[in-house]
Amino acid sequence: MAAREPLLRATGITKLYGTFRANDSVDLDLYRSEIHALLGENGAGKSTFVKIVYGLIQPSAGELVWMGRKLDLAGPADARAIGIGMVFQTFSLFENLTVAENVALGLTESFAGISARLAEVSRAYGLQLDPKREVWRLSVGERQRVEIVRALMQDPKLLILDEPTAVLTPAEANQLFVVLEQLKSEGRAILYISHKLEEVKRLCDQATILRAGRKVAICDPRRETAASLARMMVGGEIGEVKAGADRASAAPRLVVQGLTLEPDDPHGVRLDQVSVEVRGGEILGIAGVAGNGQDELFAALSGERPAPGAGAVLIDGQPVGDLSVTERRKRGAAFVPEERLGHATAPRMKLSDNALLTGHAIGGMVRHGFINKAAMLAVVDRTSRAFDVRKAKRDPEAANLSGGNLQKFIVGREILREPGVLIVSQPTWGVDAGAAATIRQALIDLAGRGSAVLVISQDLDELAEIADRIAVMFHGRLSASLLVAEASREKLGLLMGGSSAARQETSHAACA
Amino acid sequence: MGLAEAIILAVVTASTPLLLAAAGELVVERAGVLNLGVEGMMIMGAACGFAGAYLTGSTLIGALCGIAAGMALSAIFALLTLGLAVNQVATGLALTILGIGLSGLIGAGFVGEKIVPAPQLHLPLLSNLPFAGRILFAQDAFVYLSLALIAAMWWFIYRTRWGLVLRAVGDNHASAHALGYPVLTIRTCAVLFGGACAGLGGAYLPLAYTPFFIPGMTAGRGWIALALVVFASWLPGRLVWGAYLFGAVSILQLHAQGAGLGIPSQLMSALPYLATIMVLVVISRARGSARSAAPASLGMVFVPDR
Amino acid sequence: MRLVLERRAERSTTIAIASPLIAIALTLVTMTLLFALLGKSPVAALWVYFIDPLTDAYSLQEIAVKATPLVMIALGLSLCYLANVWNIGAEGQFLIGAVAGSWLAVRTNGTDAGHWVLPAMLVLGALGGALYALIPAICKVRFGASEILTSLMLVYVADLFLDYLVRGPWRDPKGYNFPTTAEFDPVATVPVLIEGGRLHLGAIIALAVVAAASVLLGRTIKGFEIRVVGAAPRAARFGGFNANQLILLTFAVSGALAGLAGIIEVAGPIGHLQPGISPGYGFTAIIVAFLGRLHPLGILIAGLFLALTFIGGEQAQISMRIPLDLTKVFQGILLFYVLACDSLVLYRIRLMPTHHRAGYGTG
Repeated sequence: MAAREPLLRATGITKLYGTFRANDSVDLDLYRSEIHALLGENGAGKSTFVKIVYGLIQPSAGELVWMGRKLDLAGPADARAIGIGMVFQTFSLFENLTVAENVALGLTESFAGISARLAEVSRAYGLQLDPKREVWRLSVGERQRVEIVRALMQDPKLLILDEPTAVLTPAEANQLFVVLEQLKSEGRAILYISHKLEEVKRLCDQATILRAGRKVAICDPRRETAASLARMMVGGEIGEVKAGADRASAAPRLVVQGLTLEPDDPHGVRLDQVSVEVRGGEILGIAGVAGNGQDELFAALSGERPAPGAGAVLIDGQPVGDLSVTERRKRGAAFVPEERLGHATAPRMKLSDNALLTGHAIGGMVRHGFINKAAMLAVVDRTSRAFDVRKAKRDPEAANLSGGNLQKFIVGREILREPGVLIVSQPTWGVDAGAAATIRQALIDLAGRGSAVLVISQDLDELAEIADRIAVMFHGRLSASLLVAEASREKLGLLMGGSSAARQETSHAACA
Repeated sequence: MGLAEAIILAVVTASTPLLLAAAGELVVERAGVLNLGVEGMMIMGAACGFAGAYLTGSTLIGALCGIAAGMALSAIFALLTLGLAVNQVATGLALTILGIGLSGLIGAGFVGEKIVPAPQLHLPLLSNLPFAGRILFAQDAFVYLSLALIAAMWWFIYRTRWGLVLRAVGDNHASAHALGYPVLTIRTCAVLFGGACAGLGGAYLPLAYTPFFIPGMTAGRGWIALALVVFASWLPGRLVWGAYLFGAVSILQLHAQGAGLGIPSQLMSALPYLATIMVLVVISRARGSARSAAPASLGMVFVPDR
Repeated sequence: MRLVLERRAERSTTIAIASPLIAIALTLVTMTLLFALLGKSPVAALWVYFIDPLTDAYSLQEIAVKATPLVMIALGLSLCYLANVWNIGAEGQFLIGAVAGSWLAVRTNGTDAGHWVLPAMLVLGALGGALYALIPAICKVRFGASEILTSLMLVYVADLFLDYLVRGPWRDPKGYNFPTTAEFDPVATVPVLIEGGRLHLGAIIALAVVAAASVLLGRTIKGFEIRVVGAAPRAARFGGFNANQLILLTFAVSGALAGLAGIIEVAGPIGHLQPGISPGYGFTAIIVAFLGRLHPLGILIAGLFLALTFIGGEQAQISMRIPLDLTKVFQGILLFYVLACDSLVLYRIRLMPTHHRAGYGTG
């Protein structure tokens, strides 16, 4: 092939936040008709880099050259004007406005005739949308379609996608890939951020790998294995997670039976006859794409929302459905919610305060209504030591820890109390590989000591690694559980997409 | 002029300052900012408006002075809440306290003075119609302005591009920022507009309602204007209904006092305030767990990351 | 170049301590300008406002007397504000507390009642204030109505109610038609601490409340719950703390403190119930709460400081003909500066280069 001029050439891109180098001299070339992956584990600097390309953040150093001319972007509007489009990982949509209004806000030219042009683009790429619907009524997959259509309507020469399949079922992800191939054939360039290696191998022509803000490699992902890519991302071997010996006891320690719960807000999901059992010594994984009732289930199990009947949730045989969070903790349950800052911890309060947050009823930190600061600090110290929590000082604010370290603290403070039942949601979301391995091993070890562990996760790889059995949530219903060994990707994918044939098959299999 | 006519006229003039102030605050809140300083801006508008009209003899200058006073105070609010990311509730309260104090200082020299009240504008021919003529077509300029303002606001918010952007900013400032819209600039413009309206609404009191200035003459109207925005579910059309409803309550209680019904006058005077509480409770309850009509980012601090 | 705000990694403790001082300094500068504009000598005015009252024993007592209600109300408000609920109706709770306690004084007036009257009045005052504060709290918890607006509206209602009582049913028949109750009996009066002075038992009560609040907020689990509910409501729920209960609790306590301050003021320095028993204590207390950074000791100091300005303001009106409204202006400006300086605890200001709004650079 003749040497081509790159569409975008980034040279020496650097971004400093104080002394922290989010990006450190990154070079990257993007060509037309190419799908280029940007790989790296969480915290490697991928999002920072693309935000610089999109004009959202100003680089501390380095330059961007677009079609041969130097680029000086004041903001995303400039980027859109020259043909760079972006689909964010967390959508930048406006819930109370309609699809048409949301799309209009992403465009720089006039709003006239939006609906018609929207329909045209929708049709051209097979992305169905109703322009008059308010966004809050849409499912997660549909919302992503709005984001993509909005980006496409500007006729971008370069389209950036940040972890697009994180919130899609396998079937929806395939649909997305078809659209991307179509875009590629039209001569556009695509910059695709992901940490899903199989996907990247399937879809992408080139991959640039970032680690700790620096570019460490560029390669053709189709010629690499998932293992070699992972090694480049992480810079070495990560200790293998050792599965525990099969030590499941007979008695179920966590029982959910016929849990039905109306959502407490209009775009919540109704839980419908959710039933599951987790025995001591086993890890049960609940798979499923976000927005299918996982949050509601977590709230019902933790006690943040009371269940309709005391018997809907049993811990070690005791009905707790009508008991508060604190009461459930007193009976040996512990919980780790999905959102680290704002839900699992109070971000601007110290770690010692956050230790008190979940431990006040049982951790020996409160006596006759008075709090014991020394005991709280002791918990922080023990947790930091046992889980290798790296922090700048002994008792910093929660918001000052990196994602991985904070998550280790959050999981650690619960595990150190040796709960009989642990319920965790998205244990390693946004966490670097080292911390993720520590957390997963800790969960396995806890189960090994006889506790029942329930893990809600969107990451099928993770569940395959640590769970003994898997069930799938879809539209507020929980499938019967399968042994991990019997849960093929296809079966799980079908269940995640709601296929009823698959559900019948699994319920038969579970009964057999 | 019959009693009914007189009452309706009185209701219109009583409602106008509420409508003006609430209209401005509606725009501010649609942008996601909660400015509790409306009472302070109104009373400053009253003091400066009166001072301006007294010193120059012109209602127009008085109105402009009122507008300027409101805008100046709201500029301080914007500097703190948008520039320095200070808590909006605390700042709004500070604004009210400052406004009340400053207006007392400024207005002190003018207590007891009188000015010529704003003239009524008689639309030719139409104002000669019996009954409706005087009510609809012979009001002072402020009344017409307030209604025109609402109409213009409605058109701006729902039919223009920047109105859509305003709604977007109030719905989700993070998304608006990610798309490249200047969130803080938009909010600052909204806040200044709100200040202008509150100042004008306050100025109306000494310029047209009663042609003299009394310290504290707003008597809580600024707070009622805030409640009106909630009552109207942040919709301009409903705001007109709300303002006129409250105007009616205040006027009717005055007449009821005079009618010698044997009810203590203080209870009647308390009616508008009690009515406000009832309205807030009923509206909030009716909404219940349905989606809140309030702009989703109302009152939240926004600091763009770069 | 333009100025942008950037979040700090940790709260800056140096600024946290320095900010009230910086705010006071800035306010003094602004006041100097204002005095000059009014044609008064700034130095003389500042002296009268801040130094003079400290020079004689009588005005020192007056400062303590004025500070007592401010500190008590502000302590209650700080609990609400820490929980992120905005009780703006302290003024109304103050009035209703005064009314509730005065009821007993009026009932037993002239009878030979025992020494139980005063303690009972204080209890009634606190109870009245608490119940009045629960109205906006319940409206918020049960109906979701804004506590800011409901508590504020109730201030106007309380004011009118008090007016009605002292002009009507409770008016002293021997009072020459003045809108006031009869003077309270000695058993219904708050005792004075220094013979012949004005410093009364209320000051001791206020100090006790400061101590209690310190312990509550700093050392108890309830105090922790209040702080978390305000800082991170979802985390509070996750921790098992009941937000609704805390809203009701903080409103009730702050209403009780305001009501207690009300009856102490009426049964102490004033001696009878009349309109205008409060020169805006409920609102000034809001400033005291913020100036004191919502911290009990800070509130004590801030309360004394603002009481100083009240006394200074009265003095300035007499000796220098400076209008009393200036004190309100001073307080408003002080609050602004405190809020502005406080922002620097969490954020820092940076200079950043502006960008030309062009798609392409010059290269």
